Amino acid sequence: MIWAYLYNIVFYASCGVTVLATILMISRHNAVHALLYLIISSLSLAIIFYLLGAAFAAALEVIVYAGAVMILFVFVVMMLNQGQRSVVHEAAWLPASGWILPSVLAAILLSLLLIGMYSDQPLPPYGVHGVAVKEVGIALFGPYVLVVELASFLLLSGLIGAFHIARKMPSHMSSNTLEEVDHG
Amino acid sequence: MQQLWLIPCLPLVGFLLLVLGHGRCSRSVARLVGVGSVAMAGLVTLWVALDFYSAGAAQSYQVQLWPWFNAGTLEVSFGLYLDGLSLSMLFVITGVGSLIHWYASGYMWQDPDYQRFFAYMNLFVAAMLTLVLADNLVLLFLGWEGVGLCSFLLIGFWHQDPANGYAARKAFVVTRVGDTAFAIGLFLLFRELGTLDLPTIMALAPEQFVMGANRPTLIAALLLAGAVGKSAQLPLHTWLPDAMAGPTPVSALIHAATMVTAGVYLIARTHEVFLQAPDVLLVVAFIGLFTLLISGFTALNQTDIKRVLAYSTMSQIGYMFFALGVGAWNESVFHLMTHALFKALLFMTAGSIILAMHHEQDIRSMGGLRRQLPVPFWCFVIGSACLVALPPTSGFFSKEAILIASWQLPGYGPWLWLGGVLGAFITAMYSFRLLFMVFFGPQKAHPHEPKGWQFHPPLMILGALSLVAGWFVLPTATVLPASPAGHPPTWTIVVAIAMPLLGIGIAYKVYVRHQWQGLRFVQWQKLRQFLFQGWGFDGMYKRLLLTPFTTLAQVNRNDMIDGLPKLLIQLSRFLHGLFSQLQNGQLRFYIATLASAAIIVLALALKVL
Amino acid sequence: MDSQYIDHAMVLAGILFCLGLVGVMVRRNLLFMMISIEVMLNAAGLAFIAAGSAWGQPEGQIMFLAVITLGAAEVAVGLGLTLLLFRHHNSVNVDQLNQLRG
Repeated sequence: MIWAYLYNIVFYASCGVTVLATILMISRHNAVHALLYLIISSLSLAIIFYLLGAAFAAALEVIVYAGAVMILFVFVVMMLNQGQRSVVHEAAWLPASGWILPSVLAAILLSLLLIGMYSDQPLPPYGVHGVAVKEVGIALFGPYVLVVELASFLLLSGLIGAFHIARKMPSHMSSNTLEEVDHG
Repeated sequence: MQQLWLIPCLPLVGFLLLVLGHGRCSRSVARLVGVGSVAMAGLVTLWVALDFYSAGAAQSYQVQLWPWFNAGTLEVSFGLYLDGLSLSMLFVITGVGSLIHWYASGYMWQDPDYQRFFAYMNLFVAAMLTLVLADNLVLLFLGWEGVGLCSFLLIGFWHQDPANGYAARKAFVVTRVGDTAFAIGLFLLFRELGTLDLPTIMALAPEQFVMGANRPTLIAALLLAGAVGKSAQLPLHTWLPDAMAGPTPVSALIHAATMVTAGVYLIARTHEVFLQAPDVLLVVAFIGLFTLLISGFTALNQTDIKRVLAYSTMSQIGYMFFALGVGAWNESVFHLMTHALFKALLFMTAGSIILAMHHEQDIRSMGGLRRQLPVPFWCFVIGSACLVALPPTSGFFSKEAILIASWQLPGYGPWLWLGGVLGAFITAMYSFRLLFMVFFGPQKAHPHEPKGWQFHPPLMILGALSLVAGWFVLPTATVLPASPAGHPPTWTIVVAIAMPLLGIGIAYKVYVRHQWQGLRFVQWQKLRQFLFQGWGFDGMYKRLLLTPFTTLAQVNRNDMIDGLPKLLIQLSRFLHGLFSQLQNGQLRFYIATLASAAIIVLALALKVL
Repeated sequence: MDSQYIDHAMVLAGILFCLGLVGVMVRRNLLFMMISIEVMLNAAGLAFIAAGSAWGQPEGQIMFLAVITLGAAEVAVGLGLTLLLFRHHNSVNVDQLNQLRG
């Protein structure tokens, strides 16, 4: 009983932290702050995953999002290296009026989603069922082996693509590219 | 007769040589090829003729060269057919053709496009020979269109002047009207008889057709329409006077001696079909009669020497049609031959005069030329004498025979005869008016006669031939049916001989003595204008066909039918403008649009909306 | 049963998705747009996990795996493009990148 109570507290606390962190994240002017809130959001989401019985997904969330992806963002922030200038820019780019239309759209979308969620025909009884890593692994390398292959190809192409796009061009090529971008 | 295929081939080879070697060989070489090929064809014709006569008269010779195409039961081959009729035509084409080429080699010497000229001329001769030698109507049609093409090319030979191009187009389009009818006639003939082979048609037509029935009448009428277009008869005659825009040798060869007589040849060639359609034959006779009278009156009021001769040509071909219509088949072809001789002579003489007058063609600015130009003068006299059928020139024999035959025709015979005699009178009037105005009277210009072996010898040869051709006997009697037998009263012959003399006398009075000026219609300007413009046929066609057409084109210049597609274009342009506005390059706008679309789709899926 | 957790996890997924969408629409900085896209991907992953958990089947986690793979690849390429654009335009403002306008 105490465990169920605790579970309840942790679950809803994580939900609140996640929403709060995300709201703060999308409204920050400083990129590093936003990234920190994203990490918080990801970590609390990982807790929710764990609570939903998906330990493997929770681990992946922490490793990939709060780890790898976040590092990439941090690298890029460093490479852009705009410092205080970007904060000033962000403040100028985010007028209060700019929030109205997106918020309204998102609110409508959310209400539609909620209507969809709660107006469905009755489902068979369901609840939280943990799915062990073992099961996931068996499914991944059994019927879903194609997903693994696709994922590996996707990552490989992402790797190559990122390398190709972001590398420094020789000067004459970069000037050509510049012209294309400017006048093309 | 194994050499028959050489006859159309030689000019064709000449044409190919001249075309492929364009700009690469000198004038002398072009002359040698151009004239030589036709002259060679003439020699081969002689050779073939010797064979033909030595093998006996009543015969024909058919040779299949190679198959052309097969479609269902239609088998068309390149085949040649020689009989008395085509042999006569061969003589006219290669004989007169060689002389005209000879003459043209001098006439066109100064022209920068000498080689092109001879290429066209050789192609024309090749096409014309194909036309007369064809053993089936499809090949004949090929030659028919070939001569039409060459006529077009040669009328517009001096294409730098738009008027010449206009005349060429007019000739092409007007003859095309007849050709279309001709082609439809061929289709019908094939449907009825199942073949287009000429000897077979000649054999089948009397068996398969009921005389006077609808089908042979329709077919004959369609063939007649083709012949009328090609031979410049009413009502498709308007192109010939304008065709005089071409060089004079062209007028002599194509628009006097050979191509315009193709219609006569066609009717003579398919005479078995026409014999099954007596109504159409009567129409042929009346077309010929009206053409010869109308163009005779018109010739009387023309001022351009070549236009006078052009109307005269129409008139004489009218005589040929007239002869065909009254059943004087042999006489018609005979007149074709004599006309080819003397009209070529007249045209070439006119060409010499035009050269001498520095390309002046108006006879009002000529006059008294007989002393400066003795050879053309005497040649012109001979040609005119033949034209008005003075005995004992060739024209007398042919025209007299036609008039006698017309008298014999039961029914309309005497009326037709009367028209023919009236035509002879008019012919005498206009031809001697021309002669008198050009060669008599006060001298108005200082001509420089072109001399040389290219100018006088062909004229003299043709003049001599025109004089004696009356005694020639054409081998057509074995091919064509004989004219109605019997002898008309003697007074008709006397009248027929007297009428031209009367015409000459009146012309002398009016144009040399300047008396009886009323006959020149000096008081009736409108009548003169009417006759000058050829009885207003051009105006009539313009009002009946061209004006409605151009009016409709004006009305429809924005193309109503295209309105709908244009509306689509407008609509898509409008939508393009609209959607271009959406394509504004703003990534965030795209995302907002995407979100809105998602909302709408979701709302629709949840049936909220 | 404890089906309300699944339901609420789903609601959370919807809220996160909409917040991510707001972020993408509001921010002009390409970097922030990508961060917001990560949030949206996370939301989708959460929905998969919740559904998988509801039925006790591994497919939810497998789809989550696919989602994060997609997210990782997208981040790699997208950040590369961001760097490239910054090098050429010295800016990461997407409103300036409107040369494809019709």
